[in-house]
Amino acid sequence: MISVQQQDFDCGHEYQQLREQGQGAIVTFVGLVRDFNQEGQIKGLHLEHYPQMTERALEQIVEQARQRWPLGKVRVIHRVGDLDGGDQIVFVGVASEHRDAAFSAAQFIMDYLKTQAPIWKKERSDIGEQWVASKSSDNDAVKKW
Amino acid sequence: MIKIVFFAQLRERLECEQIQWDYVQGITAAHLKSQLSAQGGNWLALEESDVLCAINHEISALETIINDNDEVAFFPPVTGG
Repeated sequence: MISVQQQDFDCGHEYQQLREQGQGAIVTFVGLVRDFNQEGQIKGLHLEHYPQMTERALEQIVEQARQRWPLGKVRVIHRVGDLDGGDQIVFVGVASEHRDAAFSAAQFIMDYLKTQAPIWKKERSDIGEQWVASKSSDNDAVKKW
Repeated sequence: MIKIVFFAQLRERLECEQIQWDYVQGITAAHLKSQLSAQGGNWLALEESDVLCAINHEISALETIINDNDEVAFFPPVTGG
Protein backbone atom coordinates (compact mmCIF):
# COMPACT_ATOMS: atom_id res chain seq x y z
CA MET A 1 0.00 0.00 0.00
CA ILE A 2 1.22 3.48 -0.91
CA SER A 3 0.43 6.75 0.87
CA VAL A 4 1.55 10.27 0.05
CA GLN A 5 0.42 12.42 2.96
CA GLN A 6 1.12 15.47 5.10
CA GLN A 7 0.50 13.78 8.44
CA ASP A 8 3.08 11.84 10.44
CA PHE A 9 3.09 8.03 10.69
CA ASP A 10 3.51 5.54 13.53
CA CYS A 11 6.25 2.98 12.81
CA GLY A 12 4.94 0.58 15.46
CA HIS A 13 1.50 0.57 13.87
CA GLU A 14 2.93 0.14 10.37
CA TYR A 15 5.13 -2.74 11.52
CA GLN A 16 2.14 -4.55 13.05
CA GLN A 17 0.22 -4.12 9.78
CA LEU A 18 3.06 -5.81 7.88
CA ARG A 19 2.99 -8.94 10.06
CA GLU A 20 1.24 -11.90 8.47
CA GLN A 21 1.40 -15.67 8.49
CA GLY A 22 4.04 -17.29 6.31
CA GLN A 23 6.38 -14.31 6.24
CA GLY A 24 9.54 -14.77 8.30
CA ALA A 25 11.14 -11.38 7.80
CA ILE A 26 10.16 -7.73 7.92
CA VAL A 27 12.61 -4.95 7.04
CA THR A 28 11.61 -1.35 7.71
CA PHE A 29 13.39 1.88 6.85
CA VAL A 30 12.56 5.37 8.11
CA GLY A 31 14.07 8.53 6.62
CA LEU A 32 14.27 11.64 8.85
CA VAL A 33 14.80 15.35 8.19
CA ARG A 34 18.49 16.05 8.89
CA ASP A 35 19.05 19.17 10.97
CA PHE A 36 22.30 20.11 9.24
CA ASN A 37 23.78 20.40 5.73
CA GLN A 38 27.19 21.51 4.41
CA GLU A 39 26.36 25.17 5.12
CA GLY A 40 25.12 24.64 8.67
CA GLN A 41 21.92 24.28 10.63
CA ILE A 42 18.64 23.32 8.93
CA LYS A 43 15.36 24.38 10.51
CA GLY A 44 13.17 22.25 8.32
CA LEU A 45 12.04 21.25 4.87
CA HIS A 46 9.26 21.88 2.45
CA LEU A 47 8.46 18.89 0.22
CA GLU A 48 6.77 19.66 -3.08
CA HIS A 49 5.40 16.87 -5.28
CA TYR A 50 3.44 16.19 -8.46
CA PRO A 51 0.15 15.03 -6.94
CA GLN A 52 -1.26 13.01 -9.86
CA MET A 53 2.07 11.27 -10.47
CA THR A 54 3.74 10.52 -7.12
CA GLU A 55 1.57 7.60 -5.97
CA ARG A 56 1.69 6.02 -9.39
CA ALA A 57 5.49 6.31 -9.57
CA LEU A 58 5.81 4.68 -6.14
CA GLU A 59 3.41 1.89 -7.15
CA GLN A 60 5.53 1.17 -10.22
CA ILE A 61 8.69 0.96 -8.08
CA VAL A 62 7.02 -1.51 -5.70
CA GLU A 63 5.80 -3.52 -8.69
CA GLN A 64 9.37 -3.72 -10.04
CA ALA A 65 10.55 -4.94 -6.62
CA ARG A 66 7.84 -7.65 -6.64
CA GLN A 67 9.11 -8.89 -10.01
CA ARG A 68 12.60 -9.38 -8.53
CA TRP A 69 11.84 -10.86 -5.11
CA PRO A 70 9.01 -12.92 -3.56
CA LEU A 71 7.41 -10.35 -1.26
CA GLY A 72 4.48 -10.28 1.11
CA LYS A 73 3.04 -6.96 2.21
CA VAL A 74 4.85 -3.80 1.16
CA ARG A 75 4.13 -0.39 2.69
CA VAL A 76 5.49 2.93 1.45
CA ILE A 77 4.60 6.27 3.07
CA HIS A 78 6.08 9.56 1.85
CA ARG A 79 5.24 12.80 3.57
CA VAL A 80 4.88 16.12 1.74
CA GLY A 81 4.43 19.73 2.89
CA ASP A 82 6.30 21.46 5.73
CA LEU A 83 8.47 19.37 8.06
CA ASP A 84 10.85 20.28 10.90
CA GLY A 85 14.34 18.95 11.67
CA GLY A 86 14.15 15.40 13.02
CA ASP A 87 10.67 14.76 11.57
CA GLN A 88 9.95 11.49 9.80
CA ILE A 89 9.82 11.84 5.99
CA VAL A 90 9.56 8.37 4.51
CA PHE A 91 8.67 4.84 5.61
CA VAL A 92 9.42 1.70 3.61
CA GLY A 93 8.38 -1.66 5.07
CA VAL A 94 8.78 -4.97 3.28
CA ALA A 95 7.68 -8.43 4.43
CA SER A 96 9.04 -11.60 2.89
CA GLU A 97 9.65 -15.26 3.67
CA HIS A 98 13.39 -14.65 3.99
CA ARG A 99 15.53 -11.75 5.13
CA ASP A 100 17.66 -11.46 1.97
CA ALA A 101 14.63 -10.60 -0.16
CA ALA A 102 13.26 -8.19 2.46
CA PHE A 103 16.58 -6.33 2.87
CA SER A 104 17.20 -6.12 -0.89
CA ALA A 105 13.67 -5.04 -1.77
CA ALA A 106 13.64 -2.31 0.90
CA GLN A 107 16.92 -0.90 -0.40
CA PHE A 108 15.80 -1.20 -4.03
CA ILE A 109 12.58 0.70 -3.27
CA MET A 110 14.48 3.49 -1.46
CA ASP A 111 17.13 3.77 -4.20
CA TYR A 112 14.50 4.05 -6.92
CA LEU A 113 12.27 6.35 -4.88
CA LYS A 114 15.14 8.84 -4.57
CA THR A 115 15.62 9.10 -8.34
CA GLN A 116 12.15 8.38 -9.81
CA ALA A 117 9.45 9.74 -7.49
CA PRO A 118 8.49 13.33 -8.41
CA ILE A 119 9.26 14.91 -5.02
CA TRP A 120 11.51 17.92 -4.35
CA LYS A 121 12.98 19.19 -1.08
CA LYS A 122 13.49 22.83 -0.16
CA GLU A 123 15.53 23.47 3.00
CA ARG A 124 14.81 26.27 5.47
CA SER A 125 17.78 27.71 7.37
CA ASP A 126 18.96 30.98 8.93
CA ILE A 127 20.21 32.15 5.51
CA GLY A 128 16.84 31.54 3.86
CA GLU A 129 15.34 28.83 1.68
CA GLN A 130 17.21 26.70 -0.81
CA TRP A 131 16.22 23.83 -3.12
CA VAL A 132 18.20 20.67 -2.43
CA ALA A 133 20.43 19.61 -5.35
CA SER A 134 20.19 16.04 -6.61
CA LYS A 135 23.18 13.85 -5.77
CA SER A 136 25.12 11.79 -8.30
CA SER A 137 25.55 9.15 -5.57
CA ASP A 138 21.76 8.59 -5.71
CA ASN A 139 21.97 7.89 -9.45
CA ASP A 140 24.93 5.56 -8.85
CA ALA A 141 22.89 3.69 -6.21
CA VAL A 142 20.22 2.87 -8.82
CA LYS A 143 22.76 1.66 -11.36
CA LYS A 144 23.86 -1.18 -9.09
CA TRP A 145 20.44 -2.88 -9.54
CA MET B 1 -4.09 21.86 -26.71
CA ILE B 2 -1.29 20.59 -24.52
CA LYS B 3 -1.30 21.22 -20.77
CA ILE B 4 2.21 21.96 -19.49
CA VAL B 5 3.07 21.95 -15.77
CA PHE B 6 6.28 22.91 -13.97
CA PHE B 7 7.64 22.03 -10.53
CA ALA B 8 10.09 23.08 -7.82
CA GLN B 9 12.91 25.52 -8.69
CA LEU B 10 11.93 25.41 -12.36
CA ARG B 11 8.38 26.56 -11.48
CA GLU B 12 9.86 29.38 -9.37
CA ARG B 13 12.35 30.52 -12.02
CA LEU B 14 9.68 30.50 -14.74
CA GLU B 15 7.17 32.13 -12.39
CA CYS B 16 4.66 29.75 -13.95
CA GLU B 17 2.84 26.68 -12.60
CA GLN B 18 1.02 25.68 -15.75
CA ILE B 19 0.14 26.86 -19.23
CA GLN B 20 -1.85 25.68 -22.24
CA TRP B 21 0.06 25.35 -25.51
CA ASP B 22 -1.12 24.84 -29.08
CA TYR B 23 -0.77 21.26 -30.24
CA VAL B 24 1.22 20.62 -33.41
CA GLN B 25 1.19 17.12 -34.88
CA GLY B 26 4.43 15.18 -34.40
CA ILE B 27 5.86 17.54 -31.78
CA THR B 28 8.26 15.98 -29.25
CA ALA B 29 8.85 17.05 -25.65
CA ALA B 30 12.25 18.39 -26.76
CA HIS B 31 10.59 20.56 -29.47
CA LEU B 32 8.09 21.81 -26.95
CA LYS B 33 10.88 22.74 -24.53
CA SER B 34 12.69 24.63 -27.31
CA GLN B 35 9.51 26.49 -28.28
CA LEU B 36 9.01 27.53 -24.66
CA SER B 37 12.59 28.70 -24.14
CA ALA B 38 12.48 30.62 -27.45
CA GLN B 39 10.12 33.03 -25.66
CA GLY B 40 13.27 34.34 -23.91
CA GLY B 41 13.46 35.96 -20.47
CA ASN B 42 12.70 33.56 -17.61
CA TRP B 43 11.92 30.81 -20.11
CA LEU B 44 15.64 30.40 -20.83
CA ALA B 45 15.79 28.55 -17.49
CA LEU B 46 14.54 25.51 -19.42
CA GLU B 47 17.86 25.41 -21.29
CA GLU B 48 20.14 26.36 -18.42
CA SER B 49 19.79 23.36 -16.14
CA ASP B 50 18.98 19.65 -16.04
CA VAL B 51 15.31 19.26 -16.91
CA LEU B 52 13.35 15.99 -16.75
CA CYS B 53 10.06 15.37 -18.48
CA ALA B 54 6.92 13.39 -17.72
CA ILE B 55 4.10 12.82 -20.19
CA ASN B 56 0.71 11.92 -18.72
CA HIS B 57 2.38 11.27 -15.34
CA GLU B 58 5.06 8.88 -16.69
CA ILE B 59 8.74 9.84 -16.78
CA SER B 60 9.48 10.09 -20.51
CA ALA B 61 12.45 10.72 -22.78
CA LEU B 62 12.55 14.18 -24.36
CA GLU B 63 12.37 12.50 -27.78
CA THR B 64 8.87 11.18 -27.02
CA ILE B 65 6.15 12.41 -29.37
CA ILE B 66 3.31 14.28 -27.69
CA ASN B 67 -0.37 13.75 -28.52
CA ASP B 68 -3.15 16.31 -28.45
CA ASN B 69 -4.56 16.86 -24.91
CA ASP B 70 -1.50 15.30 -23.24
CA GLU B 71 -0.22 16.66 -19.94
CA VAL B 72 3.49 17.39 -20.16
CA ALA B 73 5.54 18.15 -17.03
CA PHE B 74 9.02 19.66 -16.89
CA PHE B 75 10.95 19.53 -13.62
CA PRO B 76 14.45 19.38 -12.09
CA PRO B 77 16.00 16.08 -10.96
CA VAL B 78 13.98 14.75 -8.01
CA THR B 79 15.22 14.89 -4.41
CA GLY B 80 12.67 12.98 -2.33
CA GLY B 81 13.28 10.23 0.20
